[in-house]
Amino acid sequence: MPGRVRIALQAAAVLVVALLIALLGWKVLNPEEAPDAGRTAPGFTLPHLNTDEQVSLASFRGKAVVLNFWASWCGPCKDEAPLLESAWNRYKDKGVVVLGVDAQDFDVDAQRFVDRAGITYPIVRDKHGSTLGHYGVTGFPETWFIDAQGRIVGEHVAGPLTEGDLERNIRIALGEPA
Amino acid sequence: MTRRLLAVLALALAVAAPAAASEQNPTLPELERELICPTCHETLAASSSPIADRMRAFIRARISAGDTKSEIKGKLVDQFGESVLAAPPKSGFNLLAWVLPLAGIVLAAGVVGFLAYRWSRNRKAEEPGPSANGRFSLDPELERRLDEELARYDT
Repeated sequence: MPGRVRIALQAAAVLVVALLIALLGWKVLNPEEAPDAGRTAPGFTLPHLNTDEQVSLASFRGKAVVLNFWASWCGPCKDEAPLLESAWNRYKDKGVVVLGVDAQDFDVDAQRFVDRAGITYPIVRDKHGSTLGHYGVTGFPETWFIDAQGRIVGEHVAGPLTEGDLERNIRIALGEPA
Repeated sequence: MTRRLLAVLALALAVAAPAAASEQNPTLPELERELICPTCHETLAASSSPIADRMRAFIRARISAGDTKSEIKGKLVDQFGESVLAAPPKSGFNLLAWVLPLAGIVLAAGVVGFLAYRWSRNRKAEEPGPSANGRFSLDPELERRLDEELARYDT
């Protein structure tokens, strides 16, 4: 085999191996896991369930956000929906927004869920599940608390919320003593 | 020639006819194999998650309504994104997923063929040719050893 062909093949093999190592390194350095408290909450812009109007997380800067990931087929999500609705009604005039992110779901099922539960807080649809990886969501429901500066604060509640979880973490997000 | 052409046409029809029937009258089992459950990332056929059950119910309803396979898949992609498809669509950037493996196979076959050709040519060049009397001559060292061995038998 001529020297030039051999060198070209060797260079191609080295390049392929280097690319695979770079891909492995990127995956190791960017794991899809829950962000730590104190870090800026991963941003997103998603369509509102009812109106298709684009809603961005950044638009709630200056308010505390209760970010709840759910799906209509999730049993515990049905149980915690009244708690979230109640918190929304109590705190919406005190600088708190409850924001639901519906994912891995049918539009019609999500809408039926919202109607049956009497939910009035904003719900966005993440059809492609793009936010799930950024927040390290592994199941439903999961809830995050974000302060007025857009930072993750308090506890990350993986599973159904309790009244105590909500009260304690909303106070933390508002910068009040828990 | 005409016979061969007819045979190729018959083969193409034999392959195309079931595909067209499947497109017009899809069944739940075949769609279950071609779609992925968004929560467990297995095919619907292998998944028993709540959303997989809901998707099966949706597919049954759409089959009853007379939707084609493409229409049903399109509606599910609209709800869950393209990751719901077990195989990427043969269009746009996803076409690369179909073309690259074929290109890789062709390229690998070309490299192997080229190397085999070079190797066989080099071997031919190294092989001793026939001598003037039409017989192949041996390597001088081998010939010397052979003579020695034969001489031992002679004595």
